[in-house]
Amino acid sequence: MVMTSGASSPLYAKRRRRNVMTMGFAFAATAFGLSWLVLILGVLLWEGFSGLSLAVFTEMTPPPGSAGGLLNPIVGSLFMTTIAVLLGTPLGMLAGTYMAEYGRYDKLSSVVRFINDILLSAPSIVIGLFVYEIMVAQMGHFSGWAGAVSLAVIVVPVVVRTTEDMLTLVPDTLREAAASIGLPRSLMIVKVAYRAARAGMITGVLLAIARISGETAPLLFTALNNQFWSLNLNAPVSSLPVVIFQFALSPYKDWQKLAWTGALIITLAVLTLSILARYLASQRKSS
Amino acid sequence: MVDVAFQSEAIPVATQADRSRVLQRLRLSDSAFHQVTRAAAIAVLVILGGIIISLIHGSWPALRTFGFNFLLVESWNPVTEKFGALAPIYGTLVTSLIAMLIAVPVGLFIALFLTELCPMWLRRPIGIAIELLAGIPSIIYGLWGLFVFAPFLQQYVQPFLIAVFGHIPVLSTLFEGPPYGIGMLTAGLILAIMVLPFITSISRDVFEAVPPVLKEAAYGLGCTTWEVARYVVLPFTRVGVIGGVMLGLGRALGETMAVTFVIGNAHRISGSILAPGTTISATIANEFTEAVGDLYTSSLIALGLILFVITFIVLAFARLMLMRLNARVGV
Repeated sequence: MVMTSGASSPLYAKRRRRNVMTMGFAFAATAFGLSWLVLILGVLLWEGFSGLSLAVFTEMTPPPGSAGGLLNPIVGSLFMTTIAVLLGTPLGMLAGTYMAEYGRYDKLSSVVRFINDILLSAPSIVIGLFVYEIMVAQMGHFSGWAGAVSLAVIVVPVVVRTTEDMLTLVPDTLREAAASIGLPRSLMIVKVAYRAARAGMITGVLLAIARISGETAPLLFTALNNQFWSLNLNAPVSSLPVVIFQFALSPYKDWQKLAWTGALIITLAVLTLSILARYLASQRKSS
Repeated sequence: MVDVAFQSEAIPVATQADRSRVLQRLRLSDSAFHQVTRAAAIAVLVILGGIIISLIHGSWPALRTFGFNFLLVESWNPVTEKFGALAPIYGTLVTSLIAMLIAVPVGLFIALFLTELCPMWLRRPIGIAIELLAGIPSIIYGLWGLFVFAPFLQQYVQPFLIAVFGHIPVLSTLFEGPPYGIGMLTAGLILAIMVLPFITSISRDVFEAVPPVLKEAAYGLGCTTWEVARYVVLPFTRVGVIGGVMLGLGRALGETMAVTFVIGNAHRISGSILAPGTTISATIANEFTEAVGDLYTSSLIALGLILFVITFIVLAFARLMLMRLNARVGV
C-alpha cells in the first residue's frame, strides 16, 4: 500500500470514497438485518393478536369451519417439554460435570466436547428419524414418549455445553478451599461448584426449553398429532408446532388464523425465556 | 485422600471406627459420583453412535436395492418404487448456496458495523436484536414465508427479475418460468435470514478478539476503517470467520420447517431458481408419515443419512476451524 500525504491527492480521495462506500454498506447491512426482525415480529403480532381470545386457551382444536382453541396442543407441548427437560437435564448436567471437573484435559472430554458441539447443531429432523427408528418402529405406534425423547435428545447438548462452560468459570480457589477443609471431590462439586455456577446452569436449562418449544421437525413422526384431548403418552400427542404446521398448510381460513395465534404464543414464550436467560446471565456477570 | 470428614452432624469426639466408616462411605459415594458423570459423558457419544447406527439400519433396504445409484438418480416415484436422491440433494445445496451468498457478506458487514462503527451504547441492543432473530423458531419463519414473503416475491420481486434477466443468455435460464412465489429462491432467502444471526454473532466475537494494538498500529499508519477491517481484522480472524460461516452452512443444510413451507415439494431438478423444488429435509418432513411400503420409508431414512453425513462433515470442519482459532488466541 502506498501512502501519500496531503488530503487532496487522488489516491487519498479514492481511499476515502471507498471507505465511505463500504461503511455505508455496513450501515445498510445492519438496517437490512434489523428490518427482518421488525417485519417478522410485526406481522406475527398483528396476525396473532387479532385471533387471541380466551377461547384459544380453553377450547380444543376445531374441525374445519367451526370455532375452537388450542388447548390440547398447548397442554401437549407443555407436557412433552417438561418430560424432555426432566430426561435431558440430569444427563446433560452430569456429562458437563465430568468434562469440567473430573476430566477437564483428558481425551474423553475433548472427544465428547467435539461430538456435543456437532449434536448441538445437528439437523433436528435427523433426530426425529433416530427416535422413530428406536422407539416408534419398535413399539409399532406413534407416542408422546417418543416425542418427549426426541426433544430430550435436543436438550442434552445444550445443557452439556452450558454446564461445562459455567463450571469452568468457577475459580479454582473455591475448589481448593473446599478441598482444604477435607471435602471429598463429589461433595465439593455438589456443594461448592454447583452453587457457584447455579445461575449459569439455570440459564442453560432455560435456553434448552426455548430451543425445544419451537421444535417441529422431530415431533412430526414421533408424537405425530392428536385432534382430541389426550394426556396418554402411549398414544399420539398433539403439540403446538405440529398443529401450526398442519393448520397453516390447510386451505381453511379459521385454521390459518389459529396457526398465527399459536405462532404468536410460541414466539412470546421463546423470547420471554431467552430474555430471562440473558437477564440471569448478566446478573452473574455483574455480581 | 481425605483426612477430615466433613459432616453436618459431626460428633465432637469420633471414635476410630466411626471415623473409618464415614471415610469409607464418602470414598464410595465419591467414586460412584465420578463414575456416574463419566457414564453420562459417554452417553453423549452413545447418542451420536445411536443416530448413525439407526440411520444406517433404517436405510439399509433402500441402499441395498438402489446401491450407489441412489445418489445419482433423479426419479422419485412412490408408485413404481423407484427412488433417487439427486433432486433433494440438488435442492438442499442450491438453497443453502443462495442463503450463504446473501448471509455471508451481510453478516460480515453487520459484524463490522457492530465492532468498528456502532456507538458503544447501541452495540448491546443491536447485538441482542440480531440474536433474537436466531431465537425465533423456524416454524415461524415458515409461516411468515408462506403467507407474507412468498406473495410479496411473487407480486413484486420475481416479475422484476424475469423482466430484467429474461433476455440475458445464461441468466435467463436461472430466472426462467412463471413467478410461483414459492420455490428455491424463496427458500434460499428465508434461510439467509435464518443463518444471518449465526454468522453475525460469531464474526462479531472473533472481530472483538483482535488485539487493539494491531488495529491501532494500522490506524497509526493512516489506514481507513475499511482498510483496517480488510487488511488487519479479516486476515487475523479468517479461521474464525470460516468456522462461523461453516456453522451457518450446517444450519442452512439441515433446516427443515422454514423450507418445507416455501419450497413447493417438487421432485425435479430445474435450472431456474424460481421453480419449486425440494430439499432433503423438506422431503422427509412432507412424506415420512404418508410413506407406505418399507422401501419408501427406507429411502426417506436414507435421505436422512445423507443429510446427516453432509452436515456432520460441514459442522466438524467448522468446529476444527474454531478450535484452531481458540488455540491461537488462547481463549
